[in-house]
Amino acid sequence: MSNGRLHWRKFVSNFMLAMTGVCAFVSVLVLFFILGYLVFNGGTSINWDFFTKLPKPVGEAGGGMANAIIGSGRILLLASLMGVPIGFLGGIYLAEFSGKGMASVVRYAADLLNGVPSIVIGIFAYSLVVLPFKHFSAYAGAFALGMMMIPITLRSTEEFLKSVPRMLREGAMALGASKWKTIATVIVPAAYRGIMTAILLALARVAGETAPLLFTAFGNRFESHGWSQPTATLPVMIYTYAVSPYDDWHRQAWAAGLVLLGLVLIINIMARTILSRGIAVPRS
Amino acid sequence: MQASAKPEFSVNIVTNLTTPAGRETAAALPMRMTISKLNFFYGPKQILFDISMGIADKKVTALIGPSGCGKSTLLRTLNRMYETVSTSRLEGEILLDGQNILAQDVTALRRQVGMVFQRPNPFPKSIFDNVAYGLRINGYKGSLTDTVEKSLRHAALWDEVKDHLHKSAYELSGGQQQRLCIARALAVEPEVLLMDEPCSALDPISTAKIEELMVELKNLTTIAIVTHNMQQAARVSDFTAFLLTGQIIEFSPTPHLFTTPSDPRTEAYITGRFG
Amino acid sequence: MATSTTALKGAGPVSGSRSFFMKLRDGDEIARLVTLLFATTVVLITVALVWELWVNSALPRQKFGFHFFVTSVWDPIMDQYGALPFIYGTMVTSVVALLIAVPLGIGAAIFLAELAPPRISDTLQFFIDLLAAVPSVIYGLLGVFIVVPLMRTVIYPALNKPFGYLPIFKGPSYGVGFLTAGIVLAIMVIPYIISVSREVLLSVPRDQREAALALGSTRWESTWKVVVPFAKSGIMGSIFLALARALGETMAVTMVIGNTPKIAASLFAPGYSIAAVIANEFTEATGDLYLQSLIALGLVLFLLTFILNGLARILIVVTTQKGSEVGG
Repeated sequence: MSNGRLHWRKFVSNFMLAMTGVCAFVSVLVLFFILGYLVFNGGTSINWDFFTKLPKPVGEAGGGMANAIIGSGRILLLASLMGVPIGFLGGIYLAEFSGKGMASVVRYAADLLNGVPSIVIGIFAYSLVVLPFKHFSAYAGAFALGMMMIPITLRSTEEFLKSVPRMLREGAMALGASKWKTIATVIVPAAYRGIMTAILLALARVAGETAPLLFTAFGNRFESHGWSQPTATLPVMIYTYAVSPYDDWHRQAWAAGLVLLGLVLIINIMARTILSRGIAVPRS
Repeated sequence: MQASAKPEFSVNIVTNLTTPAGRETAAALPMRMTISKLNFFYGPKQILFDISMGIADKKVTALIGPSGCGKSTLLRTLNRMYETVSTSRLEGEILLDGQNILAQDVTALRRQVGMVFQRPNPFPKSIFDNVAYGLRINGYKGSLTDTVEKSLRHAALWDEVKDHLHKSAYELSGGQQQRLCIARALAVEPEVLLMDEPCSALDPISTAKIEELMVELKNLTTIAIVTHNMQQAARVSDFTAFLLTGQIIEFSPTPHLFTTPSDPRTEAYITGRFG
Repeated sequence: MATSTTALKGAGPVSGSRSFFMKLRDGDEIARLVTLLFATTVVLITVALVWELWVNSALPRQKFGFHFFVTSVWDPIMDQYGALPFIYGTMVTSVVALLIAVPLGIGAAIFLAELAPPRISDTLQFFIDLLAAVPSVIYGLLGVFIVVPLMRTVIYPALNKPFGYLPIFKGPSYGVGFLTAGIVLAIMVIPYIISVSREVLLSVPRDQREAALALGSTRWESTWKVVVPFAKSGIMGSIFLALARALGETMAVTMVIGNTPKIAASLFAPGYSIAAVIANEFTEATGDLYLQSLIALGLVLFLLTFILNGLARILIVVTTQKGSEVGG
């Protein structure tokens, strides 16, 4: 057991540990790099036009993405109306009413659904909503995104409801409240903050999804009226503009990317900081 | 009759052994490790106060006392294990064979001062690889198989595992796992072996086996053991130190401490009035 | 009101023998049924998804059978469809991604779990979680405008000049291709490896590390030879999760892979992945066989990710349980 060997081992130890630090910082640096690049390239293109104007015809400079922004907003709203109640009420069932067997089946289905690649969800939505009606539509896009919101909503609702202290439940029941009254007036309000932030996180996740919209909502160079027309969305616009050969469109794609990422990150940061004072978020 | 002044140590450890008989037997005893005026802190909180004592060569020294008295903390200073906690701070001197361990390289020190923990903690490897681990990282040039066998024999485990050396260590019972941990520690031939309540997680039969082992092992290596079981200390150790709230109250040859304790607090503890 | 209902509830011999309609007046039963309905909907949706995928890919199954998986011809004009180029592309890009992401990710996880003080570890983990939240199309943007030019100007010359005789580094580069897609995928997948590996490493019992240190190991030795092997299954699980993510990744890959349904040995060649071809050609697919062949590819993708995710879950549970078993 020589001294020289000991020196070498210590050197190796310090070197390798330093390398792991490098790995960690490089990984985090990527985030700031992405943000930096987006701000640098997209920041200058964000102006009033971007938010209020419709896209110009191909090849003409200028215009904006008003229709995509509104389209994304509408589709996300409808998606939430579809997905959140299913996830929320299903989560209540799992936490409050179900037996072990049914619970594992539902959880398994939710986990399965969560792991499905988003493009396959798009195929599913296409065959269920686009094919029968023979046209792309906003509600097909909303359906796809809504399905993706279900698993996170379900698991989070279940976890947060279960974490409500027994004392609260027993207090209510001791006063003679029936089970559903206890749930509605005591338990859900107690878990409300956690559930809301988890829903926000789910929303942030689907807000950035492009693949499931490609053949459901499809896209639109104009404003869409109603819910049964093809609708432009921000992520799809970014994609379309980025792969096009026009510099002006590239510029707009950067701007849109900045807006999209900004929104997604702000929601994430807010939700996670609120939650970090409470219970951990299930990993999506 | 408590010594009013804290004793000086290195060669004068004898002065802290309070009975005449103790002083005689200890007079010629070499100390493997000596601790002088040790004060230990976790952040602002002081755990050990002015500790001075010695670990006698090729003998078993036991540290006893009620929970929270600092005996495990004291043991862990001897191989600088406390350094895994960032807020820990140590003042004083600890010598191993006359060299200050605080000035030495900690990796080398820990090869010389081994440790067996309270709960058996074998690595997720085979029995053979567990024992060979320390040898491999130190670049042992000799025969691994021979040394592994030797260590397992010293730990009284060889016969039970000799045909299963490549099985996972987790297939062993609790008592066997602890003996495996002892073999693993012995393989690198430490000068001192620290044992931190090694039997507290084990059943009585395994405990008895390990106690038998300790008596034989001291011919091989110096042992310092922390135990909350007084009968165990009385059975296996040659010297016992009694600690209370971070101070050494009494440090004597074991038979004397347990039959004619010098301090009323020692007497109260060993007769079960508290602890 | 509450008391009168409880009086009513108490009335009657045994509550179990009340009729369904009596129970229905009881709000609890309605609540249970309603929530059960929604919970069942989740299961139904999942079943419907698998069903739709299966039924709508019947044509290529009938026409090509097993050959669908081993044919490399993808010719919409002749109505001949084979999945091989896409399976190949998906696998190559995923393997490249893992080769880059796994060492970086495990290294970072080791730093976060073993070295960094808790505050720094948590802060860095927060940023890593944000990375995982970045939409795929944004990665695609960066891929198109940063990685592709980088490939052309820096990476390709650096690899092709010295190693161009190797089949994987042969030939010209147009910036897009397997390697570019692999790099972008690696960036996307690292956060998953880091998050799960970090959690798994943190769950390794303290005294494993202490036992290694007590035997005179250096910090690196105790980490690499004891703690990491202890957490092996969980780390494997994180890799499977990352792989599942990489397989299903659509937008970023589509934007940088080159969209060419050809099998090529060179990493610089353009290729195609399952998700990318579905994204690109779905809306242009004329004819049922074409469309259903694409759906069949979707089914393949679904099955692959299903298996990987299942395995990952098992592996992660195994490690965290092991932590509580050590010690006899």
